[in-house]
Amino acid sequence: MEWLFYIAAAVALTATIRVITHLHAVHALLYFVVSVLALALIFYLLGAAFAAALEVIVYAGAIMVLFVFVVMLLNQGPLTVEQERRWLSPGIWIGPSALALVLLGEVFVIIAGGGLGSADPVPIRPKEVSISLYGPYVIAVELASLLLLPGLIGAYHLGRRRAKERG
Amino acid sequence: MLHLLWLIPALPMAGFLSLALGSFLSRRAIAWIGAGSVGGAALVAGLIAADFLRLLPDVTSYRQTLWTWVSTSGLSVSLSWHLDPLSLVMVLVITGVGFLIHLYSTEYMAGDEGYRRFFAYMNLFVAAMLTLVLADNLLLLYLGWEGVGLCSYLLIGFWYREPENGAAAQKAFIVTRIGDTAFAIGLFILFAHLHTLSIQQVQIFAAGAWPVGSPMAVTVTALLLAGALGKSAQLPLQVWLPDAMAGPTPVSALIHAATMVTAGVYLIARLHALFTLAPPVQYAVAIVGLLTLLIAATSALVQRDLKRALAYSTISQIGYMFLALGVGAWSAALFHFLTHACFKALLFLAAGSVILSLHHEQDIFRMGGLRRQLPLAFWTFLVGAAALSGVPLVTSGFYSKDWILWAAWSSPLSRYWIWFGAAVGTVLTGLYSFRLVFRVFFGPQRTAPGPGPGLAVAVPLVLLALFSLTVGFLEVPRTIADAPLFSRFLSSVLPATPSLPGMDESVEAGQQVTISILSLLGIALAAALFLPRPAPADRLSQWPGVRAITALWREGWGFDRLYDAAVVRPWLFVTRDTEDPIDRGYTALETAVRWCHRGLVATQTGRVRWYAATLAMGALLLLGLFALWTI
Amino acid sequence: MVTVHALILAVAMFSLGLVGLLVRRNVIYMLLSIEIMLNSASLAFIAAGARWGQADGQVMYLMILTLAAAEVSVALGIVLQLSYRFRTLDADAFSEMRG
Repeated sequence: MEWLFYIAAAVALTATIRVITHLHAVHALLYFVVSVLALALIFYLLGAAFAAALEVIVYAGAIMVLFVFVVMLLNQGPLTVEQERRWLSPGIWIGPSALALVLLGEVFVIIAGGGLGSADPVPIRPKEVSISLYGPYVIAVELASLLLLPGLIGAYHLGRRRAKERG
Repeated sequence: MLHLLWLIPALPMAGFLSLALGSFLSRRAIAWIGAGSVGGAALVAGLIAADFLRLLPDVTSYRQTLWTWVSTSGLSVSLSWHLDPLSLVMVLVITGVGFLIHLYSTEYMAGDEGYRRFFAYMNLFVAAMLTLVLADNLLLLYLGWEGVGLCSYLLIGFWYREPENGAAAQKAFIVTRIGDTAFAIGLFILFAHLHTLSIQQVQIFAAGAWPVGSPMAVTVTALLLAGALGKSAQLPLQVWLPDAMAGPTPVSALIHAATMVTAGVYLIARLHALFTLAPPVQYAVAIVGLLTLLIAATSALVQRDLKRALAYSTISQIGYMFLALGVGAWSAALFHFLTHACFKALLFLAAGSVILSLHHEQDIFRMGGLRRQLPLAFWTFLVGAAALSGVPLVTSGFYSKDWILWAAWSSPLSRYWIWFGAAVGTVLTGLYSFRLVFRVFFGPQRTAPGPGPGLAVAVPLVLLALFSLTVGFLEVPRTIADAPLFSRFLSSVLPATPSLPGMDESVEAGQQVTISILSLLGIALAAALFLPRPAPADRLSQWPGVRAITALWREGWGFDRLYDAAVVRPWLFVTRDTEDPIDRGYTALETAVRWCHRGLVATQTGRVRWYAATLAMGALLLLGLFALWTI
Repeated sequence: MVTVHALILAVAMFSLGLVGLLVRRNVIYMLLSIEIMLNSASLAFIAAGARWGQADGQVMYLMILTLAAAEVSVALGIVLQLSYRFRTLDADAFSEMRG
């Protein structure tokens, strides 16, 4: 089943590249959704079925949908596409690409340095995850709720359009 | 009574302290403390003088030690007072004339907001001056010397809100500082060689250690002379005194006429043994005195400002004292100091009364015809001017000036042209002093005077006028009545004036007559030039040659301009307009820091992508290090 | 081997996300790139968890998910405010804290 992994990896990479190079925001978002889905498949292949399900439901299904709604709210029309075209001159890719390549290179060197060892992925079932989550890692649950509540309040507050600041 | 000697400087000092710390004192209290402290000192001085006179000739000096001031290996200096006839004369003048001036100031300065400050400074001055004259050792003398310099600065710049007054005070301080520095160096050399600073010991040791005319004696006395020149405003350090008239008139009377400027005369007289060891320097004293006398007299002749004219007159008269010291007439110089203190203070105070009545008008060309409306000022000023000119027989100035001129004629240390120059000075003195009288009190009235003076002003004026007329009788020459009381009094301290052979009474009488004629000639010339209306002097001053000379004399023969060009400008150029290396080093440091700052500021672009990029670069760096480390 | 390759994939996607962050001027794209990076990080965790056979990887993945959710909501709220106030989504225009 290894070839499945490589296909999914190729899809994910291509989709990511399309995300960062596309001019139209909504298209880029959709490409990102594709890469998320590809990644979900990879999760499943790595034996993390629970994570795969969550990736699709929460990430692609909620977060990305939120993104799409907000982008549509911002009403980015053809003028924006024009603007993006202007901004994305070929020259500006050089510096960041160099940076990223060096980063890649370094990590490859570290990985190739060995000592990682490889083994076949062990499938982890949701039951094990939940036992681990509500056992030793219960603080993670608390932290998550601590994070989400202010996020909620912040998002509500920031998303308000104040009447007196129109114009 | 003599044991009360310490009270004399202590009372004004106490006055100063109470006035300085007593912000709550009322005007009356300030006046009482201010004038009273000096009055008390005068009283004590009088009692001590009476006692001292009684003890003469057995007791010629008295020394009172208060405590040890400095005590190290090699130098031991105590705070001790030394009373002998010389210091007694000085003390009596300082406290007596000082008290009258303080009394005058209680009315003169009554409207001023700095009333307490004024009397505090004046008391401090009197205390410092008394320290100077009563000091037993040169270090204490120098303390008093510096103290009077400080008070002079404070009082010249008394009305500090006007920048010119501050500039005048600075000028006085800086110019006298030049002299003070030379003085200090002289003291250092003196101490290094003789290992003592006690005045009595210095004179004895020096006489033993240094032969007459030795380089050491010449150097030390030359340096001391420089100090005296600064303080007494003689050539070439005379430039500060005319500008010092920016201070209140009582200050001009006390400090710049009667006392501080005579400190140089006192110093030379006190250290006469040293000066006799250095004949070239003593000769220089006479020359300086002569030149200053003439330059200042000509300058006084053409001044418009009443006080400036009197200032130049002071410089000129002190030139007479220096001349006397230079030809070996020590007592004559002191006698002239005594008479000069009386009539010059009188002239200043009378002038102050006039200036006050005319609402601070000081230009004599705007005065005139005041003799009927300000009778007290007129008569007292007249007495002062007469004494200054040396009107024969009745004024004190006659006796003192005549004594000096006789010494200039008869002393082996003198030359004929020295006498001649002094004689010319006599004519000039009469001329300029009566020019002031005629311009101010005669002629058409140009400014209407206000009310006349009150009691506190009148009493000192009258008393000083009285002294100006009578004090002369302390030394009546042998040709008239032969009562050399003064010189006899000082004979234990100051040696008698040397005299050439053949200088007998007839010669002396002839000289006196000549001098009398000359001073009356000066007065007559003044009457001819300034009395008639219109004054012939006005027409005379229009002639081109005369105008040029007048301009030169008015600015004191151009010394200010000379010093400005030769000293002040180059100095300012060096300090202000060139960058020195140390400064550049500091600036370089600042430039480097600023350069780094600019570099760092450039990284703060405010753009998120840039910050993200720097994050990434940092992460790269760390990863790279990690990679290097593990592989 | 798959786990190591998954790791390599994660790194590759991370660097792609980094490039996207540095290149794009539109804030939406920058946020998107950050999402990509978060995603790749979670892949790395899952791969690690799979390699060692522990549930810790997935627990960490849950944390990342929560974090991404909260962050996206707040960030999008900020983007909305920025768009109202500055009328543009140019990240370089929001540089008032320069110097």
